[in-house]
Amino acid sequence: MSSEWPLWEVFIRGQHGLNHRHVGSLHAPDAEMAILNARDVYTRRNEGVSIWVVRSADIVASAPSDKGPLFDPANAKVYRHPTFFDVPDEVGHM
Amino acid sequence: MYAQMVKTDTKRVRSLDEMEPQERAFQERIDAGQKIEPKEWMPEDYRKTLIRQISQHAHSEIVGQLPEGNWISRAPTLERKAILLAKVQDEAGHGLYLYCAAETLGISRDQMYEQLHSGKAKYSSIFNYPTLSWADIGAIGWLVDGAAIMNQVPLQRCSYGPYARAMVRICKEESFHQRQGFDIMTVLAKGTPEQKAMAQDALDRWWWPSLMMFGPSDDASVHSAQSMAWKIKQNSNDELRQKFVDQTVPQAKYLGLTVPDPALKWNEEKGGHDFGEPDWNEFFAVIAGEGPCNRERLEARRKAWNDGAWFRDGLTAHAEKQAARRQASRIAAE
Amino acid sequence: MGAPASSPAVSAAVAEFALRMGDNCLILGHRNSEWCGHSPALEEDIALANTALDLIGQTQLWLGLACEAEGKGRTPDNLAFLRDVSGYRNLLLVEQPNGDFGRTLMRQYLFDAWHLPLLKALMGSADRRIAEIAEKASKEVAYHLERSADLVVRLGDGTAESHARMQAALDFLWPYTGEMFLADALDEELAATGLAPEPASLKPAWQEHVGRTLADATLKVPEKSFAQKGGRRGVHSEHLGYILAEMQFLQRAYPGASW
Repeated sequence: MSSEWPLWEVFIRGQHGLNHRHVGSLHAPDAEMAILNARDVYTRRNEGVSIWVVRSADIVASAPSDKGPLFDPANAKVYRHPTFFDVPDEVGHM
Repeated sequence: MYAQMVKTDTKRVRSLDEMEPQERAFQERIDAGQKIEPKEWMPEDYRKTLIRQISQHAHSEIVGQLPEGNWISRAPTLERKAILLAKVQDEAGHGLYLYCAAETLGISRDQMYEQLHSGKAKYSSIFNYPTLSWADIGAIGWLVDGAAIMNQVPLQRCSYGPYARAMVRICKEESFHQRQGFDIMTVLAKGTPEQKAMAQDALDRWWWPSLMMFGPSDDASVHSAQSMAWKIKQNSNDELRQKFVDQTVPQAKYLGLTVPDPALKWNEEKGGHDFGEPDWNEFFAVIAGEGPCNRERLEARRKAWNDGAWFRDGLTAHAEKQAARRQASRIAAE
Repeated sequence: MGAPASSPAVSAAVAEFALRMGDNCLILGHRNSEWCGHSPALEEDIALANTALDLIGQTQLWLGLACEAEGKGRTPDNLAFLRDVSGYRNLLLVEQPNGDFGRTLMRQYLFDAWHLPLLKALMGSADRRIAEIAEKASKEVAYHLERSADLVVRLGDGTAESHARMQAALDFLWPYTGEMFLADALDEELAATGLAPEPASLKPAWQEHVGRTLADATLKVPEKSFAQKGGRRGVHSEHLGYILAEMQFLQRAYPGASW
């Protein structure tokens, strides 16, 4: 047999109220053990309050070659940012 | 260093004008300080060199568990035992992060192990020296981790994203390693005459191998030049070695210990120390497998791997059984 | 409730009890730490080291309490590094050699399944110090039990080889489990004064957990029920001497030195 345990991506919520953040990966035979391994590998310094794991093979990613078409157009929408608009001083905070 | 003398396939570092458009765009991104991420286009030689470097770095972490690990059972106090165990465990973690970083380049952890166990892949020369006394544990933390930090801190800015991020985590965790080593040395140096002699003996044995960790001078090396152009190496070996000596000599003085180098002296003009040349014949012999502990280290790694095969296979088999049972009960429910 | 908490008799009982607890943690933590760098997978190497670190931390607490209660000015390090075999009070189970990784995990599981209910009971101890240590340790040990039980099930119900190895581990270790539930005069005194539960009272919970786990693991509970015993009165297996020879080497070779 000797097939390698699959690779899992690990996401940890560092504190209550924050998003889960990708912290790294590890190997485990299944999802339940991936959670236990993630606890032992990635929260040794009190780093987490919640763990997600997902099989690396199940991640769907945008293609690097699409970077231009996917993300450049957003650059043109400057009006989405509050600094686009002038607010007269006498109006105060808005 | 943890990755020593990493070879590229480069014969000569080419200028931007000599590159095909795709490679030129790649090099320009690196020059602009952008990170390269997995699955993005990269030159084959960049990918292969990174695999060599990161896997060598990873192997060094896990082989590096062995010389210190054999003192966990002999640590002199409960606190020292816990600290040393936590430190050696961190090294397993660092190996794990690095193997995962290398895996993003299209090689599996098992393949890397195979390269280590067959002797094809290298690991740092330093871990082929024996730990003979408790002071060696202090000396390793102080000198070996000190030298490693010199190299790893700049690697946090390296061009390959997963490697750089692994280094950020490693550097954060490793910050206590050098201090615990220096702390052991401090207690010994201020202890009984026997303890002080133990500390001096450890410094005598670990000083030169520590300087060798940086590798021979690479100012004329095309591999080094290529790695620097790719920003997977940031400083020359001599530069880092000089920095290490300048940092460490005053610490030895504080401890009241003598650095075993008669040529060592402060050079006002260059603002750094002059120091002797390590015995590079010894270095090449150790790299070639003739160090005092090469065979034990590899044997221990192979044994751990082979003895553990039934365990890994058992867990795989159970996971497959469980998945099949879930599948069957899903079908039954439909 | 018998003697008041401050009486010398009670202090001596607390000290002895804390030694028993601390020695179990120390010797098992020591055994587990022997795997560091040699485990079958990196993830397991790290996980087992976490368990060992928890146990060494608990050792410091229990031996700290033993020192305080005996009031002779000794430190936890004095107790760990300067007692001979006959002074150690741990169960024979925890000093058994690691064997293969399966035996190490089985030993851990059989211990955890006893350790957790014991700590839960100790959280209600009449001695506040015992209750506090038990509360802190029980959180760590709950995780140890979750992990070790999970692995016993997975390996028992894995390949034919992993099953055979786990069954062999169980058969080998089984005679060392009976000692956990035997009571001596001290245990009776501790139970009578509300300091610690009667050892036998922990047996149903242990049996229930072990029975369920071994069934899930498709492993057979050994029929023989003789118990190897003696750890609590300092009569150990030959293995403990070697552990101490290694563990105490520096303190013995350089008497009085600080580290």
